Amino acid sequence: MPYFPDEVVEHILGFVSSHRDRDAASLVCHVWYRIEGLTRRSVFISNCYAVRPERVHARFPCLRSLTVKGKPRFADFNLVPAGWGASAEPWVDACARACPGLEELRLKRMVVTDGCLNHLAHSFPNLRSLVLVSCEGFSTDGLATIATNCRFLKELDLQGSQVEFRGRHWLSCFPKPSTSLESLNFACLDGAVSANALESLVARSPNLKSLRLNRAVPTAVLAKILTSAPKLVDLGTGLVAQSNNAGALPSLYSAIQQCTSLNSLSGFWDSPRWITPIIHYICKNLTCLNLSYAPMFRTVDLIGTIHQCQNLQHLWVLDHIGDAGLKVVASSCLELQELRIFPANANVLASTGVTEEGLVAVSSGCRKLNSMLYSCSRMTNSALITVAKNCSRITSFRLHICLHGSVDAVTGQPLDEGFGAIVRSCKGLRRLSMSGLLTDSVFLYIGMYAERLETLSVAFAGDSDDGMIYVLNGCKNLRKLEIRNCPFGNTALLAGTHRYEAMRSLWMSSCDITLGGCRSLAAAMPGLNVEVISQADGGANDAKKVEKLYVYRTLAGPRDDAPGFVSIL
Amino acid sequence: HLLVSLCLSPPSYSNQTTSSTPPSSPPSSPSPSCYSPVHVLLLPMSPPLELDYIGLSAAAGGRPDDDLKGTELRLGLPGCESPDRRPVAATTTLDLLPAKGAKRGFSDEVVPPAPVSAAGKDKDASGDEKDKKVAAPPQPAAKAQVVGWPPVRSYRKSTMATTTNQLKSSKEDSDTKQGQEFLYVKVSMDGAPYLRKVDLKTYKNYKGMVVGLGKMFIGFRTGKDGEYVMTYEDKDGDWMLVGDVPWEMFTESCRRIRVMKSSDVIGLGVTRAGVKSKNKN
Repeated sequence: MPYFPDEVVEHILGFVSSHRDRDAASLVCHVWYRIEGLTRRSVFISNCYAVRPERVHARFPCLRSLTVKGKPRFADFNLVPAGWGASAEPWVDACARACPGLEELRLKRMVVTDGCLNHLAHSFPNLRSLVLVSCEGFSTDGLATIATNCRFLKELDLQGSQVEFRGRHWLSCFPKPSTSLESLNFACLDGAVSANALESLVARSPNLKSLRLNRAVPTAVLAKILTSAPKLVDLGTGLVAQSNNAGALPSLYSAIQQCTSLNSLSGFWDSPRWITPIIHYICKNLTCLNLSYAPMFRTVDLIGTIHQCQNLQHLWVLDHIGDAGLKVVASSCLELQELRIFPANANVLASTGVTEEGLVAVSSGCRKLNSMLYSCSRMTNSALITVAKNCSRITSFRLHICLHGSVDAVTGQPLDEGFGAIVRSCKGLRRLSMSGLLTDSVFLYIGMYAERLETLSVAFAGDSDDGMIYVLNGCKNLRKLEIRNCPFGNTALLAGTHRYEAMRSLWMSSCDITLGGCRSLAAAMPGLNVEVISQADGGANDAKKVEKLYVYRTLAGPRDDAPGFVSIL
Repeated sequence: HLLVSLCLSPPSYSNQTTSSTPPSSPPSSPSPSCYSPVHVLLLPMSPPLELDYIGLSAAAGGRPDDDLKGTELRLGLPGCESPDRRPVAATTTLDLLPAKGAKRGFSDEVVPPAPVSAAGKDKDASGDEKDKKVAAPPQPAAKAQVVGWPPVRSYRKSTMATTTNQLKSSKEDSDTKQGQEFLYVKVSMDGAPYLRKVDLKTYKNYKGMVVGLGKMFIGFRTGKDGEYVMTYEDKDGDWMLVGDVPWEMFTESCRRIRVMKSSDVIGLGVTRAGVKSKNKN
């Protein structure tokens, strides 16, 4: 190594793009650390509070693409109170000072204000890509500033974000006479959209490949858009339904037939059933299909459509599809890699959607499956054992039985054996989310067999501290552990004292830990932020139960923007 | 503490030979109290055969006998030593051989008598499944709704809630229409710049309605009589051809009417002959 001039090492490292590989390369020696740091262009920060933004820029002065994640994942399910933190402002500030040439910014679960977007828009003239996943705090005014000032923007993706509606004008703010837009996703936007502005935008965006509309876009406008952008690859429809404009549907039918490059389809908000034949025109090319926002589609409609999608790789549907529908998926979609079944009605305690039969059917037919999210009303151990045998390539397995603590629907046993089989057979399993009645045994299996496991989500499971201890002792690659409503106490929490620094974070809510236990952990490990989130006023004595605990490793010390209900021990 | 240190080196389990101590009370019901920590501590005391983890993991490579062993996860599960459980467990795992076809595998399972009374012996797969589903063991008593369960992202929840509300409100609209003295539905005609609302109760039959609608759109009919097809949207949201069902049934289920040009219908897959024959009726 000392014989290589720096330029050669730099050149070689230029071919290394994955951030994990680059992390590994930077550990080889000081020279490599320095060179890798100087040449890294894409940085991924998995926890915005793990490190100060300034430090990131000091180490990676040439960065061009920044990805930052904020709140813990359970914030998606309303378990993290509003105002907890994860503001994007410090990151945008630091970036604006150190790195005005920034090209890509991706934020997930962060709070982004209009002021922040304004700052962004004026600081990064070269911005090509802005992706805000599950973010909040901004409005259409902020979008307008971005559209106006980022003249080279190629990608604007607001996936799942909450955007306050303050007017329709933002769509008209994109550059004229033409834009560089390749991808635009505003499906999550509530509120009306100016049809003229949208049509004109699409007409002057010759490179547009991916477009996801919100539900305010009527059928007639969609038809016009498709006519002017037949090269679209990914489409999220707006409101596709009967409209007062009687010619809209026929034009949509003819427009969609011209879209021969279309391979990804989503949207269909509130679409009535008779719309499904539209999809049939492009079934053969479809690789991604998301019908999970179309509660009116019945099993028979879904079957009729999916049966023709022989090349499907990603399928997201509601549990309306039923076991019968999943059997059709199993026989028709042999290329399927990812399947997500969502409950059609999340507020019903016992839905009648899909059962273990559908899961087994899909696992037998779709041998390339590697990622599953399955929301069902019942499950059995033998079904899970069968799935484990059929799909040993699974890397992500999430099973959500709607009634928590459900037993094996046939034998009445806990589901330990089933999940045990999954972790034993699926050697590459990286992500696991479990439900149903589970004892400490399942954690023993996980600790013993799930060597590659990185993310584990557990709810209403286990009998004693042993469960959590098995996992902490066994899963060497564990990065994120999310636990809710389990009988794990201080012993379990403290058993992992020396593990948490090797992990990204630990979340525990509604468990049996006390303030005393958390304080012990904080005292033993100064490199961790031990955040206790509680909204009830109460004594601060050690015996007090801790409702929500969030522990994460950090180089930045206790954060200074913690609200009143968060105490960092 | 013993348990914790054992967990750190799993392979050492296979070398332990100890006397097995069956649990004091073999659990007979699926209540969670059976799986207390006491039983977990018994784990390392089980005979080495069952704890031969290394051997079992090698079995994943595929001989049928080993697959059998591989599916038999009797790895010291608390309570599995008890005699009345063991035969059930064995037959359970035997039936899971892939040779029988994964789809049928679990439906051939012999159901243990304790939780389920009826099923078991019947070899007919669908009958089995039906019986099992009916006689399934009682789940833990329905629990109160908890925050964030089932785990559905709040974005999805709010989106679906809006849709459900819209569905509900449209259903309510059509329901309340039935009992009233009028039944207004929207009528759209291709080529007309605006829609009309018409009270179906003022007509006694299809002919009356067709004549009435003809008068309403008299300025906009750009084509001849044979060039229009009347369709309507029913309660389910499906678009149907007017005239198939008796008049009363039609008025009950019709939500809106659309008068289409037959050329549009042809584009959607109906042949010219089909249109003409419908129009003659």
